[in-house]
Amino acid sequence: MTDSASQPVPQQTFKAPPSRLREFWSSFRENRGAVIGLFVFLGFLVVALLAPVLAPYAPDAQYRDALLVPPFWQEGGSTRFLLGTDALGRDLLSRLIFGARYSFFIGLIVVTLATTCGVLLGVIAGFAPTWLDTLIMRLMDIVLSFPSLLLALVLVAILGPSLLNAMIAIAIVLQPHFVRLTRAAVLTERSKDYVTAARVAGGRKLRIMFRTVLPNCLAPIIVQAALSFSTAVLDTAALGFLGMGAQPPTPEWGTMLAESREFILRAWWVVTFPGLCILVTVLAINLMGDGLRDALDPKLKRS
Amino acid sequence: MSEPILTATNLKRHYEVKGGFMKPNAIVRALDGASFTLTPGKTLAVVGESGSGKSTLARVVTMIEAPTDGELIIGGRKIGPEGASRDRDLRAMVQIVFQDPYGSLNPRQTIGQTLMEPLLLNRPEIGAAEREKRAREMLGMVGLRPEHFERYPHMFSGGQRQRVAVARALMLEPKILVLDEPVSALDLSIQSQVLNLLMDLQERMDLAYLFISHDLSVVRHLADEVLVLYLGQPVEIGPKEQIFEHPRHPYTKALLSATPVADPLMRKERIKLKGELPSPMNKPEGCSFNPRCWRRLDICTTVEPELQGHGHCYACHNPVPEDETAAA
Amino acid sequence: MALLEIRNLSVEFATHSGKFRAVDGVDVTVDEGELLAIVGESGSGKSVSMLALMGLLPWTATVTADKMEFDGHDLRKISARARRRIIGKDITMIFQEPMSSLNPAFTIGWQIKETLRKHTDLNRSQRQDRAVELMRQVGIPAPEKRLQAYPHQLSGGMSQRAMIAMALANKPKLLIADEPTTALDVTIQAQILELLTDLQRDAGMALVLITHDMGVVAETVQRVQVQYAGQRVELQEVDGLFENPHHPYTAALLAALPERATEKRLPTIPGVVPGQFDRPHGCLFSPRCRFADARCIAERPRPASADLGYALCHYPLIDGLPTGKETAA
Repeated sequence: MTDSASQPVPQQTFKAPPSRLREFWSSFRENRGAVIGLFVFLGFLVVALLAPVLAPYAPDAQYRDALLVPPFWQEGGSTRFLLGTDALGRDLLSRLIFGARYSFFIGLIVVTLATTCGVLLGVIAGFAPTWLDTLIMRLMDIVLSFPSLLLALVLVAILGPSLLNAMIAIAIVLQPHFVRLTRAAVLTERSKDYVTAARVAGGRKLRIMFRTVLPNCLAPIIVQAALSFSTAVLDTAALGFLGMGAQPPTPEWGTMLAESREFILRAWWVVTFPGLCILVTVLAINLMGDGLRDALDPKLKRS
Repeated sequence: MSEPILTATNLKRHYEVKGGFMKPNAIVRALDGASFTLTPGKTLAVVGESGSGKSTLARVVTMIEAPTDGELIIGGRKIGPEGASRDRDLRAMVQIVFQDPYGSLNPRQTIGQTLMEPLLLNRPEIGAAEREKRAREMLGMVGLRPEHFERYPHMFSGGQRQRVAVARALMLEPKILVLDEPVSALDLSIQSQVLNLLMDLQERMDLAYLFISHDLSVVRHLADEVLVLYLGQPVEIGPKEQIFEHPRHPYTKALLSATPVADPLMRKERIKLKGELPSPMNKPEGCSFNPRCWRRLDICTTVEPELQGHGHCYACHNPVPEDETAAA
Repeated sequence: MALLEIRNLSVEFATHSGKFRAVDGVDVTVDEGELLAIVGESGSGKSVSMLALMGLLPWTATVTADKMEFDGHDLRKISARARRRIIGKDITMIFQEPMSSLNPAFTIGWQIKETLRKHTDLNRSQRQDRAVELMRQVGIPAPEKRLQAYPHQLSGGMSQRAMIAMALANKPKLLIADEPTTALDVTIQAQILELLTDLQRDAGMALVLITHDMGVVAETVQRVQVQYAGQRVELQEVDGLFENPHHPYTAALLAALPERATEKRLPTIPGVVPGQFDRPHGCLFSPRCRFADARCIAERPRPASADLGYALCHYPLIDGLPTGKETAA
């Protein structure tokens, strides 16, 4: 036993609890796949932003002397075209780099469109009288009851095949998920005491809907937005492949796949690389989305 | 004694419940005829078990819901079934503190924003600087430190959150504070801090409290008057001393005897109640307490008793005799 | 011999922001047929220590103990299979929320009979008879009919009775009741507490009652263990505890009860229970204790002697005054 009386009174200092952002990051970091996904995603983002700097050639420049040149490591390939060329003599690497731009552009627009409409409708449905709520939700059920790609195809067929129309169609197909999610979150938050307290304090309905309740429903919406990003990329590629999305010569990955379909046996690289790009992007975003869900959704938190 | 600030007469709140396919809609009488007054500086405690209509009463008094019948007069203004007007002054007069301090604060707002919101919404004439000054003053008044102003609710303990909730309720300088089980979600060591705060504030601001609780030891300490609810109906109302020393309604007596006392040497005879609270959808005929009552007469199953007495009122055909209650 | 003996039990949870010690060197001893209460506020580790005993903690928890013995079995070394044979048969547990403790997809009868099927070799009709008998034992009217009922068709009090019936199915030697009446109304609480104490007395079963309600403690149990921030701070007979608490925390807690107040303003305990980030180095109660001095802040106390209620304090109280201070000063 030590003689404690002779010791000076030590100040009891305590660590402050971690801030929200730090807690989010430390739980996000725990998921290794999510971190890898995040870095791959950021890598693609950089590539997309710096496309004109990074790409060795213009995406639509044709080199008639080099049709279907294989990648450099294969016999007959050269370092002039690192990943080879397609049937029109265009550099595959440059086209893929510019393709990343399209994919991000598409993902961003589609997700913004779908989220804005979906969240708006969802909040309205969550606060609306029964008849309006039923009307909105049944409409969404109808949209959801179609196979999503088929519905997108039909919409594009009506609107006419173009990249913009494809994006609108995909946004419409994705948006019911946001409506449902937002409505469910709104309904749980709505019954909480702080919302009643805001009403007692004299808050008007619009303020309560968008200032009080909505910010507390954002976590699942962010997760859904991240996952929808990958769906958007995938669906646009699919529409492009079916000839209903971006039109040639746009270097969109799905369209590139469609263009080179006939060379699949002769020149493996023209189909493999665009396909790989789609795969890696979608996988990275999905991994990242899963990590976001783990970190943001308290219902799934482990401790 | 000062004039009452709130008078409720025969207050009722019924809900219609969908009966389902081919069934008539049922009516839930959540609150069925409560009359009472609130006086500045005094506390009326409402006690009862779950389903007794305590929280419905709180919502009606706070004007979150309009009464289906009866009359509510707050500060000389009448609120009937048509509901409260969008009258800011009237709304500002009654504020509420909820049971669960974890659900009653907006997690995305700092404490400062939470405190300033009522002023922002109801007193737009007050400038931003003045608003912040008042919020900071209030923070000090409920015993929180200035640096708490910028923090978010998740950094606070339950007791501190409840202080914030009290502070928010007081921002509009209300006359009446409805306290819906304000300490039952708190730990014992924190509970006394919050109770003391409430008593201090009542003295300083001459507030009328409507204190809703199921904890009779807290009620005994805090209340001036007690209203006992059973299935939405008041069965006994009166001064605290009368209710605790001489309960006349059998239910009140049973409730008191069922409450555990933190003194192992005082083991008392307990009145055992049979069964449980019936559903408010199908109340028993006559006195609603009759199926569980040990003093039941024939008349209890047919005739509904009226509140009788003056000052200390009870609704019972066969009340507990006065000399018998003294022992309880 | 003690039925259950736990020495120096600690439980740590791995969280995103480091390790959190929920139980810190707790001892629990329960004799056969005894009624022990574990009292504490939230965060005192009272439920966690019992869940650790049952092996019901999530994988993030690390459980260590010097000794963990039940009825001659060492629960630390036992296989998961052997543990399952004891848990649910000889040790059972009921929880705070009766509504969510019962599986809503099956009838009450099915759930009771399921435990019988797992742990006994009764045949079908014997199981039915036993289930009816159990339901009658816990005071459920019309047991044959109620066995067909689903949990949502029962009230809170009835569900808790059904839970107790299920816990009693295999005649356990130890029943752990974790806040069994907190979610219930007072009149129902009185019924359930009486049922539990009657069963304990008549069946010779040991009962550990976890609660935060001092009133419940005073009226039901024999021995009380007070916990604070994951540590056992005091262990006493109930009469002695209320009359002469030896730990400052117990004393302050009792003084803060409204019904024991002598003045309008209640005596309070300043501050809050320490959490993960503000755990004191010395005595865990020192930041809130009105008797604390330099020694309390610097040095962890050891339990005092048995007649001082094993108070985890450098200066255990006698009649409300700290002792032993002169020698240290």
